[in-house]
Amino acid sequence: MEPRIARGAFKRLSRRELLKLSPVALMGAFAIPSLRNPLLTRGVAFSDWASGVLFRREHLATTFSDSELTPLERFPLNTYDDDDPGIDLDAWTLTVAGLVARPGEYTLEQIRSLPRITQNTRHVCVEGWDVIGQFGGTRIADFLRWVGADTMARFLAFECADDYYESLDMATALHPNSLLCYEMYGQPLERGHGAPLRLSLPAKLGYKSAKYLTQLEVTNALKPGHRGYWVDQGYSWFAGL
Amino acid sequence: MDEPKEEPKVKPEGESASEESSPAPAAASPGSPGGVSEGAPEAAPAQPEPAPLTPPLARESTEPPPPLAAAVDAAVAEPCADEVYAVREHPWVVRFCHWLNAVSLFVLTASGLRIFRAFPSFGPKLPQKNLVDIPKALTLGGWLGGALRWHFTFMWIFVGAGIAYLAYELLSGHYRTVLFMARDVRGVWPMVRHYFLFGPEPPATEQYNPLQKLAYTLTVMLGVVSVLTGLVMYKPIQFSWLAWPMGGFHLARVWHFLAMCGFLAFIPGHLIMVILHGWNNFASMLTGWKRDPEYPAPPS
Repeated sequence: MEPRIARGAFKRLSRRELLKLSPVALMGAFAIPSLRNPLLTRGVAFSDWASGVLFRREHLATTFSDSELTPLERFPLNTYDDDDPGIDLDAWTLTVAGLVARPGEYTLEQIRSLPRITQNTRHVCVEGWDVIGQFGGTRIADFLRWVGADTMARFLAFECADDYYESLDMATALHPNSLLCYEMYGQPLERGHGAPLRLSLPAKLGYKSAKYLTQLEVTNALKPGHRGYWVDQGYSWFAGL
Repeated sequence: MDEPKEEPKVKPEGESASEESSPAPAAASPGSPGGVSEGAPEAAPAQPEPAPLTPPLARESTEPPPPLAAAVDAAVAEPCADEVYAVREHPWVVRFCHWLNAVSLFVLTASGLRIFRAFPSFGPKLPQKNLVDIPKALTLGGWLGGALRWHFTFMWIFVGAGIAYLAYELLSGHYRTVLFMARDVRGVWPMVRHYFLFGPEPPATEQYNPLQKLAYTLTVMLGVVSVLTGLVMYKPIQFSWLAWPMGGFHLARVWHFLAMCGFLAFIPGHLIMVILHGWNNFASMLTGWKRDPEYPAPPS
């Protein structure tokens, strides 16, 4: 265009070009308190959806040599309210429910009889730190097959002795690094680290690796408002790495 | 049409005769470098009544006449009362993405500071050595989970606008106006001298001076670095191959933080420059058109 423009035409042109930016103002919706939370919930839900699409079960977690381990005494204890929910370890069983062929109570001995995996993996906290720990246990995938779970179901829902709760997508549950963990550093789990059984999910943020497990349910529908202790307060549900 | 060229003398005061000597279709006239395109000049020929050719200084003889040179300058700068001199600077995509990114960068920085506040360190958790204590007032989200909600929402806007911008720049060739190239290197120091040491102002020859190109190019690269390092922090297992060139998972967090520092260094300088360069310059990021640019109009 010629650099010289009639003033009236220039005004009309400027106005039109300015109006073409008006969709940017839609971002102002985030400033409206009643819209903010639903929008942010959508944003996180979209991120979770994209994370699920992106997830590849064959992308394994990095594993580390023993010399790279963070010593057990420097492995942080992050419990949401209780370092010791007072489980009677001798009487403890894992309740398996939902879409499984053989629901019921499973003892630690039964779980320990499944193939044991020991792996040095990175435990990544949502806060931004991480530690490399040694985790021993059985693959969730092996356990699910053993109890005859419907692995076409969508979710695993966990309950814990300290009233913590979590849920997991089936794809991550079947990930080879995902463990029902009963050992750390070759020793039975300490109370503070979730004795007798916890999750170790290197492909998830730390808060998904629930401790003090008491129940595992295979399901296609999570209870609303009961997706995860932190998730229900706003953390990402998928939280996949 | 073999009309002699005397005709357009009907132009009002101050119109230099070589410019706009004929209506639109005379494409290759010496006055207009490229083809003359739609719209703009239509008003100029539609002024049949010749305005008095005598300039004001000759008419109002009671006033002391201003110096002739100043009058000529003024006449050239303001060719005609109902015409403006403007060039198209920023295409819609660029403006749109600029404002989307301005807002998302603000949100991502403020929420990112809140996320960093949860563990303001790059070392181990035990023992934890905090680097800074970020005031809560500078942050967004209220708590770690709230800040992550902002971060995980606006990252999509930032990434989307960034991809749209880069795709447009590359496909349209618009990047030529802004990408810092080897030939711009020599012009950086004179601009730095001008801005910081009050040296002489180098003549403006194009839309962006070399220092601007450097700043904008680096800023776009900061955006790319933030997104890639953010991806490694967000999905270290899915994108483990991407962690390697940035020195691993831990360094991704360091680069991500440093990229934010880069933005925090760029933005105040950018805002100061916008204020110093006045309304017309600012308005061009809204309308795309810049009135009275300080550089010669590019061939359109």
